[in-house]
Amino acid sequence: MTGGFWQKIVAPIAIGIVVLALWEFIVRRAGIAPYLLPGPILILQTLIDDWGTLLPSLWITLEITLLALLAAVVVGGLLAILFTQSKWLELSLLPYAIVLQVTPIVAIAPLILIWVNNTLASLLICAWIVAFFPILSNTILGLNSADRNLVSLFKLYGAGRWQTLIHLRLPAALPYFLSGLRISGGLSLIGAIVAEFVAGTGGTASGLAFRILEAGYQLKVPRMFAALVLISLSGIVIFLALSLLSHLLLRRWHESELGRDN
Amino acid sequence: MASRSGARPARKPRYSGTVQSGPVQASPLVRLRGVGKRYANGTEALAGLDLEVRAGEFLSLLGPSGCGKSTVLRLIAGLTDVTAGTIERRHGHDLGFVFQEATLMPWATALQNVLLPLKLKRLPSSDAAEGAAKALAAMGLEAFGNSYPRELSGGMRMRVSIARALVTEPRLLLMDEPFAALDEITRHRLNDDLLALWAERRFTVVFVTHSVFESVYLSQRVAVMSARPGRVIASIPTEAAVPRHAHFRTSRPYAEACEAVSAELQQAIAA
Repeated sequence: MTGGFWQKIVAPIAIGIVVLALWEFIVRRAGIAPYLLPGPILILQTLIDDWGTLLPSLWITLEITLLALLAAVVVGGLLAILFTQSKWLELSLLPYAIVLQVTPIVAIAPLILIWVNNTLASLLICAWIVAFFPILSNTILGLNSADRNLVSLFKLYGAGRWQTLIHLRLPAALPYFLSGLRISGGLSLIGAIVAEFVAGTGGTASGLAFRILEAGYQLKVPRMFAALVLISLSGIVIFLALSLLSHLLLRRWHESELGRDN
Repeated sequence: MASRSGARPARKPRYSGTVQSGPVQASPLVRLRGVGKRYANGTEALAGLDLEVRAGEFLSLLGPSGCGKSTVLRLIAGLTDVTAGTIERRHGHDLGFVFQEATLMPWATALQNVLLPLKLKRLPSSDAAEGAAKALAAMGLEAFGNSYPRELSGGMRMRVSIARALVTEPRLLLMDEPFAALDEITRHRLNDDLLALWAERRFTVVFVTHSVFESVYLSQRVAVMSARPGRVIASIPTEAAVPRHAHFRTSRPYAEACEAVSAELQQAIAA
């Protein structure tokens, strides 16, 4: 066992257990009502009891999140390639992408819900709007970051635009794209949850945010916490999965992976 | 005998040598006449530069920093255009370029990096793989084909870079201070290996450096450039057999040639 193992794995887990124990102890000792603050054991119990209701909701939220992320990758990536091929396109379209990015999603979501009849589709659009910009801007930066001398070298050997894109600009953009992807992964989950909140109980799709709203109305606070735990776990799993993907793709050559070999 | 351009008074040559080279009397591979280069921001990098590169020679381009040496290389390569004067290139696109840094693609192995020029020229992949492996072996790196640039030392990366430049077997090799960032022992070894390859294949080399010693050690002829705006103020032939013998760096002809080139460089800086 190395010091790194203690620092990275054992220490955070120990802190977590201590905090949970303290939480449980305070809740019991002070006799706090479960509808104000449930203890961790009750939350776990609720999670198990309500699993039949929560699991389908988790799938719906995850489905929206992952589809939105996929759409963000495809649209963000393709737009970035288009923008770097034509300055004219970039100058005329990028400002609108920025407008879309800086407008709070809770402000646009009601409009989208009105315009798009299908609830699932409108939730997807909202989550996509939140998620696609980091991929777009990071990939643009990456595509333009290819070594200037390597660009000269490609020119010297008569490489065309397509060859330069495939063999030089895309690989050079990969680390930037992946760092954008990690941000977008978390954002698409946030986007999906926020959109569900705005859609409220009116929708037919009932994801985790809907369960939180519903449980709130019924003062089922332990269930609110149980849904919250699932959302947090989803976010962590998405982040870890994308970090692993990034590590696998970059470990042999990129500077950011240097420390891991030692 | 040093031949000078420009209207400077002739000084007594401190060093005279005979040129030991092949058929250099043929028409030059590259000829720059009255070349000027002014960048968009108004900087005048070159003015009235005359230079001939003879087929098969090893020419060093020496000058104070910022004198436009790299610009001359980029002009010869066709990466940028003159703003005055003319440039004739007989080498077409048949050239290799080595930058100051190794400039390798970090995501590709050494072999894939060397393969790149052949791939861009759309050579059949089996021929290309064979050619790249051969070029890598010529630089002594046959065992490192699958290594990524990050896993190689600075000297080895530069070797990969040279292998990549030579993989197309070009008539003209342009090198822009390729060894400036390396330690002395590595630099000396690379100097010798480069010279051995040149002696064997006799491609034409234009080698930019700011080191008097390196220019004299490597080349048959040293062209000294003035401070910006740069022009060639002296062309000094150096005498030595290739490959250099073991004690060349401590020999008298080497010392004398270095002295002669240094004197010209002093003039260049003072001018």
